[in-house]
Amino acid sequence: MFPKDETAVVGVGSTPYYKRGASLPQTKIEMACKVILAACEDAGLSVEDVDGFAYYSGGFDTGLIAQTLGIPEVRFTATLTGGGGGAAGSVGLAAAAITSGHANVVVSLMTLQQVTGARFGAAFASKGGGTYSRPVTPEMDFVTPHGLFAPGQMFSMLAQRHMHLYGTRREAFAEVAISERENAVNRPTARFRDRITLDDYMSARMISDPLCLFDYTQENDGAVAVITTTAERARDLRKPPVYVSGAANGSAGRWGQAIMWMGMPDEYFASSGHRTVARDVYARAGVTAADIDVALLYDHFTPMVVMQLEDYGFCEVGEGGPFVESGAIRWKTGSIPVNTHGGNLSEAYIIGMTHVKEAVEQLRGEAVNQVENAEVALVSGGPAPTPVSAIILRK
Amino acid sequence: MTRPAGALPAEFADVHPDAWTEPFWLANREQRLTIPKCVNCGTFRFPPGPFCHSCRHQEVEQVEISGAGTVYTYTVVRHAVVPSLADSVPYVIAVLEFDDAPGVRMIANIVESDVDAVRIGSRVELAWDHVDDEVTVPRFRLAG
Repeated sequence: MFPKDETAVVGVGSTPYYKRGASLPQTKIEMACKVILAACEDAGLSVEDVDGFAYYSGGFDTGLIAQTLGIPEVRFTATLTGGGGGAAGSVGLAAAAITSGHANVVVSLMTLQQVTGARFGAAFASKGGGTYSRPVTPEMDFVTPHGLFAPGQMFSMLAQRHMHLYGTRREAFAEVAISERENAVNRPTARFRDRITLDDYMSARMISDPLCLFDYTQENDGAVAVITTTAERARDLRKPPVYVSGAANGSAGRWGQAIMWMGMPDEYFASSGHRTVARDVYARAGVTAADIDVALLYDHFTPMVVMQLEDYGFCEVGEGGPFVESGAIRWKTGSIPVNTHGGNLSEAYIIGMTHVKEAVEQLRGEAVNQVENAEVALVSGGPAPTPVSAIILRK
Repeated sequence: MTRPAGALPAEFADVHPDAWTEPFWLANREQRLTIPKCVNCGTFRFPPGPFCHSCRHQEVEQVEISGAGTVYTYTVVRHAVVPSLADSVPYVIAVLEFDDAPGVRMIANIVESDVDAVRIGSRVELAWDHVDDEVTVPRFRLAG
């Protein structure tokens, strides 16, 4: 039985968002500590109250954080396997740590600094040699000799298949990019704030067919921390509690390494890989897609937002293209506002933690692009190799 | 020993075989495309690995296939993500299915072909790429 609403997110903190490489001369540990302190301040907690760490995508060196910030005791430290798929799930891991009695105040964190030779955009280049390059393995010998190095190239092949099966148009991908940019226009923290039109989109250079420049996330530097604690303690803190109603991570087993092997069953090849997680997170929170007031969907590539809208039941599988083209994901006028912060595409890419931050701000009623009476938010981690993840938060 | 037109720089064909993938790479040198098949239940297994995902049996036979297949999906790469690919773009990466190894997919380049002619459902045939004395990689071309 999932411990529905027994934990709550009580604090969020972030650095400014920088162009890739531009966070220097700050160090990674410096940014990590800054956002942990900021999240504690937001919550009305002392950093000495922190006793747990729940990460994803490689995590962070908890020992270095603890010795640097003078944290009295570490009682839980763990990382979801995989990459950006675990973003939202790191908050679920925090909830698991708390409700299982391991820790009381748990930090989830992403710190990203892409200096020379450390670039996600070429993460699979065997000769990259940077911090974010994957190690060579016998399995990758079936990928890299074909010049398949970049996540964008990999997801473009899922998008191509979706277009083939369902007639999804580039106009749908454009609408994801355009609507998120509209959300970023009046947002001071967003890195890209100039409106884009369908003409701009259609005349942009192609990167990896069918994806063009505007279908791609940014690559940024920065850090975001989120603090989760018990619901009971949350009620005495500075900000209104944002309850963790449901959380899930995983995938269908044969989703497997997904874009790194391309052997996923035909039934869900052209999907976000989130269908089992969607089923679980809704069941645990006791809600359906119709109950979600705002959706923060991991948007590294526009087609994967379309596929998540299908997999989370906002429309039928195959209907994602017409659904977004109808204006359904627009803030204020759409039936399900998506990425009201501008997302990875237009605000910043901190591997999905900005989505958690925006959900918290929406449910506190303090968002820049506030969804009226927002009570329930869905946050997803990246469509990615297993695990993918999601949380449902409520006020 | 030649390389097909449009083949990517040799440096990327750097392979690291283990006990399960080595037969594939050794057969390639002899221009034989082989896919391991479970001797217990007949399920093809790719990439080669230690267990059948269907019956959990380990032992395989190496089945030589013709390479005749179909494009399941693809992308045309137009931007060089690493500098050494600058002279190679545009190039096509495809995910292929094979007539005589149902259930497996293989990632491969489509070479010696018009990059803008590739479609899902396009038929392909083998175009062997002898990168060097050690490594031969199966590439494919659009079938006439």
